[in-house]
Amino acid sequence: MSEPDPNYSVNVRDFSLWYGDFQALKNVSLNLRDGIITSLIGPSGCGKTTLLRSFNRINERYGNVTTSGEITILEKNILDADVSLPELRKSVGMVFQRPNPLPVSIYENIIFGLRIHSDRKDLRRSEMDEAVETALRQVRLWDDLKDKLKNRATSLQLEQQQKLCIARLLPLKPRIILMDEPCSALDVDGTRAVEELMVSLADDYTILIVTHNMAQARRVSQECIFMLLGEIIEHDRTEQIFLSPRNQKTTEYIEGRYG
Amino acid sequence: MRKSLTTRQIVAEWIIENLIRLCGISAILFVFGIFFFVFREGAPLLFGEGGFDLIKFLTSPEWYPSSNSNPRYGILALILGTASVSCLAVLISVPFGLGAAIFISEFCGPKLKEGLKIVIELLAAIPSVVWGFIGLTLMKGIIESVFGVPFGLTVLNGAIILALMCLPIIVSISEDALRAVPDSYREAAQGLGATRWQLIYRVLLPAAKNGLLAAVLLGVGRAVGETMAVLMATGHAVNIPIDGTPPYFHALDSVRTLTATIAAELGETAQGSPHYRVLFLIGIFLFCITFTINLVADLVVRGIRKE
Ligand SMILES: Nc1ncnc2c1ncn2[C@@H]1O[C@H](COP(=O)(O)OP(=O)(O)O)[C@@H](O)[C@H]1O
Ligand SMILES: [Mg+2]
Repeated sequence: MSEPDPNYSVNVRDFSLWYGDFQALKNVSLNLRDGIITSLIGPSGCGKTTLLRSFNRINERYGNVTTSGEITILEKNILDADVSLPELRKSVGMVFQRPNPLPVSIYENIIFGLRIHSDRKDLRRSEMDEAVETALRQVRLWDDLKDKLKNRATSLQLEQQQKLCIARLLPLKPRIILMDEPCSALDVDGTRAVEELMVSLADDYTILIVTHNMAQARRVSQECIFMLLGEIIEHDRTEQIFLSPRNQKTTEYIEGRYG
Repeated sequence: MRKSLTTRQIVAEWIIENLIRLCGISAILFVFGIFFFVFREGAPLLFGEGGFDLIKFLTSPEWYPSSNSNPRYGILALILGTASVSCLAVLISVPFGLGAAIFISEFCGPKLKEGLKIVIELLAAIPSVVWGFIGLTLMKGIIESVFGVPFGLTVLNGAIILALMCLPIIVSISEDALRAVPDSYREAAQGLGATRWQLIYRVLLPAAKNGLLAAVLLGVGRAVGETMAVLMATGHAVNIPIDGTPPYFHALDSVRTLTATIAAELGETAQGSPHYRVLFLIGIFLFCITFTINLVADLVVRGIRKE
């Protein structure tokens, strides 16, 4: 199989989304470059979360969602009716605004994905142990948690919980990781640690992060998308957006004239 | 604040406060009063009155309370009658109740949800004598024609009726327990690609297990304590539905339960007679069972709140 353009892992064409009668996204078109961090900024309510949640179709939980257009991920229009949501979500992982580990052990949280995506008989203990160790090492939690794998994940500190939520995506080997304001529940140190982690993961994964912290967008992302009222206003290299934005509205937002 | 009140207001407030306090205390007094009364009537037997033997009372299957020459008061058959009807009822109602709760909380839209909840509440509002009536007529006929037995007032009949009566409790408490599971767990699991069923059995059921257990226990409590419906639906024959011949448990036998025995016989006994006291002792026994079940359910529910 050959990809049409190997440089992009997500292609969005004329994508619109409605919650009931309310149009939250208007003819969005964009390409996400493979293997970098792209940030999504814009005032609150402009549709950042909605766009992000369209990429793994978890928006559909709400039931009143309709869409039009195309989102191509891994050569497939994921809006097609025959798309398998479990498979889609296996390759497009998501980190939520509030850390949401499942109320089971740290170990079980990390192999949850493996358990639901493989037959029970194919899962060998050694394999699972290895997956847990690899994932925890990748998010730099292994040294802290290696003796506490049986502890409840919900009893960890928030920063560790959020790292764990990133770690549990990794055994599934996703191509894309979506993050919705992943640091908004964390303190300064936690934010720094998670940002460092994102940067270190960017070599292997395409990361899209929603943030309304512009400093964070500047620190971690190579490209940046500015949205306003459900539309994409500007999409460019991050320095370009922050140093010499092309659009007047982008300038106004960056200078802090919107909330 | 107090300073600005007039004397009249202060007096009125004092009266209202104490009135409310009295109501609260009286509820406790009534409970203890009832317990005291039942215990007083039954307890003399426990202290050996009339050569009463507690072990024999609990383990003998011979219930001949009105024999003139040799009255015998063994409640084993009644205990097993209650146990068999209740257990079978719970076995029937738990899967249906859990299934309904899962459907209501995870699968159906808001409108259907409202409709189903109303139906469940209606089910809870049907008086138990009406259920008994349904057992006595409709269910009796169905069981006779489906299983080809001559007499349809059986363990199975009582259990089905009881199961329908327990269903509202089990459904509504289970649904509460499932609804209390944070939505973030659902998003976490679905975000990792869990299907609905995987979400339910890997995340929701384990997360809600205490509430579900409490629902089942309260259903059991209801089943054990129910009187009128089982009296009418089980055939009221002193009989142990369990024996050594396959299938060992005979759901198409008639039985009699502890509650039904009290209801049917208490009116005919002379106050203070041995038979009268034995019936009260059965009452104490039932009270202990349901009290334990409710206490455990309460502790389990409390466990959920703490988490
Ligand atoms: N489940 C929903 N149902 C209806 N409207 C919604 C829902 N979620 C979000 N919206 C609306 O869509 C718009 C975009 O919301 P969102 O994507 O959460 O914005 P952001 O993440 O940029 O703050 C807002 O106007 C919001 O009110
Ligand atoms: Mg948002």
